[in-house]
Amino acid sequence: MSLDVNPAGRPPDNGLGSEPTEPYRLVALEARRRHVGLGEILVERAIQVTGISAILLVLLIFVFLVREGLPTFADVPFGDLVTQRWYPIEGYYGLLPLIAGSLLITIGAATIALPLGVATAIFIAEIIPNWGREILKPFVEVLAGIPSVVIGFLGMVVISPLFRRSLNIPTGLTAFTGMVLLAWMALPTVVSVVEDVLDTVPKTYRDAGLALGMTQWQTIAKIVLPAGKSGILTALMLGVGRAIGETMTVMMVTGNAPRIPQHPFDVFMPARTMTATIAAEMGEVARGSTHYHVLFAVGLTLFLITFVVNLAAASIVFQRTRRSERMLS
Amino acid sequence: MLRQALTDAALQSLGIGVEYHPVRTHTVVRPVSKLLCLALLTLTACRPIYTRPARNGPATAAIENKGSDTMVNLALAWAERYRELHPEVNLVVTGGGSGTGIAALLNNTVDIANASRAIKPEEEAAARANGVVPVEFTVARDAIAVVVHPSNPVDTLTLQQVSDIFSGKIQNWQEVGGEDRPIVRLSRETNSGTHIYFMGAVVRLGRADDRTLLSTDTLLLPSSEGISAEVRENPNTIGYEGLGYVTGDMKTVALGLTPEGPFWSPSIETVRSGDYPVAREMFMYTAGEPEGAIRDFIDWVLQPEAQAIVQALGFVPIEE
Repeated sequence: MSLDVNPAGRPPDNGLGSEPTEPYRLVALEARRRHVGLGEILVERAIQVTGISAILLVLLIFVFLVREGLPTFADVPFGDLVTQRWYPIEGYYGLLPLIAGSLLITIGAATIALPLGVATAIFIAEIIPNWGREILKPFVEVLAGIPSVVIGFLGMVVISPLFRRSLNIPTGLTAFTGMVLLAWMALPTVVSVVEDVLDTVPKTYRDAGLALGMTQWQTIAKIVLPAGKSGILTALMLGVGRAIGETMTVMMVTGNAPRIPQHPFDVFMPARTMTATIAAEMGEVARGSTHYHVLFAVGLTLFLITFVVNLAAASIVFQRTRRSERMLS
Repeated sequence: MLRQALTDAALQSLGIGVEYHPVRTHTVVRPVSKLLCLALLTLTACRPIYTRPARNGPATAAIENKGSDTMVNLALAWAERYRELHPEVNLVVTGGGSGTGIAALLNNTVDIANASRAIKPEEEAAARANGVVPVEFTVARDAIAVVVHPSNPVDTLTLQQVSDIFSGKIQNWQEVGGEDRPIVRLSRETNSGTHIYFMGAVVRLGRADDRTLLSTDTLLLPSSEGISAEVRENPNTIGYEGLGYVTGDMKTVALGLTPEGPFWSPSIETVRSGDYPVAREMFMYTAGEPEGAIRDFIDWVLQPEAQAIVQALGFVPIEE
């Protein structure tokens, strides 16, 4: 729409200095509104419904989780939920091992995936020539398409025996195996997000750095990366979200022993995550029983953890954009 | 009683149905749900009539078979084959657990109850009070093998040692005459019938008041195949499986009751002779001496053709 009556053909500066254009725009909108057909109304409504349904779905999931999970607190005293023993068929409902297992594996996976992912993204976005990028990028994206059960199977028959022999640990089905595989699965997300962000850093920034006599490495480390900080944070959070919700792979390779890690070496011991617990036990549990409600309470806990992670990420990201916007203007 | 339970279930599922609707339409949903309730009530009221046709009709017969979850696959396989042989007989198989099956038999709502344990004295008393005389048929046997890596030098273990290994009292293979290796315990998930049987018969040594739990280090694997894969690969492991899942590339440990022996390896022979200590019989119970179609079916179950299915599913067939 070329309704802008901008004298020098300049793009409007954020709509703030373009007061004269407003009346024209309103008139145009009015004119358009008078000619809308039935089809257009339907399409608009359809888009509206899909938009709202996303919010509604999340709310309904939350309501359902609360509804099925809350009876837990009537059935099981809270003190019993924060114990260290999970053996639900005999009424031991200690959630601590499951929460510890999920957090340990998620944090571990993020710790491995973030540096690897950022390094890969820098390589793709900054260092490798264009032809290399054309080859490398699709490969990274294909990685995201591998089903988790395939990765789990690979982990079970190849990676875990490898870890057991090379690290000389009692069994290869450990939290560490889960971390490595989850990091591998989160990698494509991290790489694409960071790479996209690095792409949006203006070329002039790099030119300025190089013109000041900085090496390429200094330009990347001191200028490009700080400029893309919020994107890296988003990537981290998306990676964490991917890792904490993953079920099949962890169920196959972490050994599922509900134990609380006692010292750092325990990453080489088995662990049980919340997701694997729900997946393994929900199928056989009697509907409406205490065990059923406790599994929903586990789901609720998981939901709350991801919610807090996302909220924290969003608030940090927004803060940063606002500050950088201020700095640029 | 059954109708009440079904109605409750129907109401509960409707309650959940309401939650799926947007808040705004809540008032609209109400009358609909009432209607649905009515419909369901009518349906459940009909149920006993159409599932139990005249039992001694010449052309068709219906047999209801309910009980043990351990046996449900076996019972289904039998029913499938039997239907091919006798299309006029309608066999309905459901699980729910041994106790559920026996309770249904006492209330005269099923024809055959499957149980992976013998009927308890109090159940038998309740049956007689109800005018039902339960008749027992041993239809198959099930043995659980303790398996280790083929390179593991340990050949024999007492049940007490296996219990101590799984409860975490024994941590190294050296303590039971093996190499200096840590013990990695493998178990099925808690929803497995094999897990529950193993807990009762081995970890708790059959003592009803024993509350011993598995060591928290025990790996809980979602499938028998998961256990097999790890046992084949890792010389530190010990696991347990139904005899039918044991393959040649893992080693079964001979089990005994006392350190002096004797020890028995799990096999069809030792299970049949009753020597192998971790084996159980699987039963079918009927209300009174079975007659007609039920008698024919149970007779067929005890025949070699049906017992071949027992072996194919990993259980131990009964002797002729």
